[in-house]
Amino acid sequence: MSKGKKIFQYAFLTIMSLISVFPLYWMACAATNKSVDVIKGKLIPGTYIIDNFKNLIASQNLGASLFNSFKYSIILTLISLFVCSLAGYGFEIYHDKGKDFVMNIILLAMMVPFAATMIPLFQMFSKAKLLNSTLGFILPTISTPFLIMMFRQSARSFPHEIIEAARLDGLSEFGIFTRMFFPTMRSTYAAAMTITFMNAWNNYLWPKVIMTNNDSQTMPMLVANLIEGYVTDYGMLMLGVLICTLPTVIIFFLLQKSFAEGITGAVK
Amino acid sequence: MNASKRKKMSLSKRHNLTGWGFLAPAAILILIMSFVPMVKALILSFQTGIGANMKPAGLFNYQRMFQDKVFMTALKNNFLYLIIQVPIMLILALVLASMLNNKDLKFKGLFRTCIFLPCATSLVSYAIVFRTLFAMDGFVNTFLMKLHIIDQGINWLANPTTARAVIIIALIWRWTGYNMVFYLSGLQNIDYSVYEAARIDGASPFQSFWKITVPLLKPTILLTTIMSTNGTLQLFDESVNLTNGGPSNATITMSHYIYNMSFKYTPNFGYAAAMSYLILILVAILALVQMKVGDKRE
Repeated sequence: MSKGKKIFQYAFLTIMSLISVFPLYWMACAATNKSVDVIKGKLIPGTYIIDNFKNLIASQNLGASLFNSFKYSIILTLISLFVCSLAGYGFEIYHDKGKDFVMNIILLAMMVPFAATMIPLFQMFSKAKLLNSTLGFILPTISTPFLIMMFRQSARSFPHEIIEAARLDGLSEFGIFTRMFFPTMRSTYAAAMTITFMNAWNNYLWPKVIMTNNDSQTMPMLVANLIEGYVTDYGMLMLGVLICTLPTVIIFFLLQKSFAEGITGAVK
Repeated sequence: MNASKRKKMSLSKRHNLTGWGFLAPAAILILIMSFVPMVKALILSFQTGIGANMKPAGLFNYQRMFQDKVFMTALKNNFLYLIIQVPIMLILALVLASMLNNKDLKFKGLFRTCIFLPCATSLVSYAIVFRTLFAMDGFVNTFLMKLHIIDQGINWLANPTTARAVIIIALIWRWTGYNMVFYLSGLQNIDYSVYEAARIDGASPFQSFWKITVPLLKPTILLTTIMSTNGTLQLFDESVNLTNGGPSNATITMSHYIYNMSFKYTPNFGYAAAMSYLILILVAILALVQMKVGDKRE
């Protein structure tokens, strides 16, 4: 490649990287500055973060929202991983015509827009008194075609000899799943975990529908509440956004490889 | 021998049943949480009424939505976002991925991490960040005024055209890295020596991009196109938190309007369900068309 092209390539990638990072850098700076300084366009971190934090907890129930978001997301991730990996394993290891047919129907559910199921789900859940409950949050997204497909795909690479040997050793079918499949598929579980947790944490529409009570609200709902007034305190607002973003950004940096695998997981 | 055969039969039957047992919880949940509500929504879409008092309405809801100006705007907006944003984003993602696939590139990991980072933010968070950046007293105006590109702040979110542009810019920012990761993982399956052979044969980077990368990544491109189409037709968080559908519903999306119709205004579940079915039909049709087009070029 010629020198000019090389320079162009580096320049382009640098500009794209800066554009990608800048809004997040700006958000983090704004969280530490006074609202007036944010408006002036100050681009260096300030010292106003504690005051922003005091204002934030004075106007919103931050503790409860953080706790709720963690609670809903962790419980959903654990149950979802168990249910979907068991199903993916079942579909692949014991596959026959009937099960393949069921799998194809499940894949159709991937195309169903959430708006089309939201209203009946809300009616069903309010009848079952599941509004404002953890169960209400998690039920619609425990079982997802995406995760089932991802685990079915990974079960394909699970050696049949292991299963046969374990059967001869007298291990039950469920025992093979928990004691053999689970430990060998750690990286798939890590990928599935990151993507499920992120989706649960970031979910906005469904909690907005069923969390009618302020005490049950999640972090994205809290952040969305902050922009509803007429005058916006930008420092406080960006601190809220920062707190809402931090857990997923930390996961992103710690588990970037798993995260990338989680996104593309089911299509390999 | 007969006995052992019978035993084997019963064993495979038992395994078969175990398999059904393993997949049953997931399958039943999808049945109850996706397919049952889908059928219920279809029934609802032929009814009208307020709250729980529903009566049959035939095709009334479906006729109504085509005379509903707000819904028509929402439909147009979804398609505008789809037609402008999705191609720009996918091409950009493809170009970035093929640049990052270059073996001699330095700082590859750093570039990839930076461009991928926007995916880690929640939709609500980035929508609010962009809303603040493009506010009347936001950073974009301050920046442009400092550079003397504009004398006065532009009220980006108060004008339908610029407000839509901001939504498109925000969407591109959030999702380019996400799609890039798909292409990068697809490119890993292409033997790098193909590119080296092409280079020795005198192919320019531009030629090897169109002649090697694009054809070999076709399944991935098809997949990302279907996913992006699906996602764009369901836009909600951005419409609510970036522009709140405004100015006066000019940037509202279908999902946002359905939400308002169900939970913000006096609930009209029948009408909302009919509109949601239109999204379902559009998603299905577009996916079918894209799959047909994707197959043909093979």
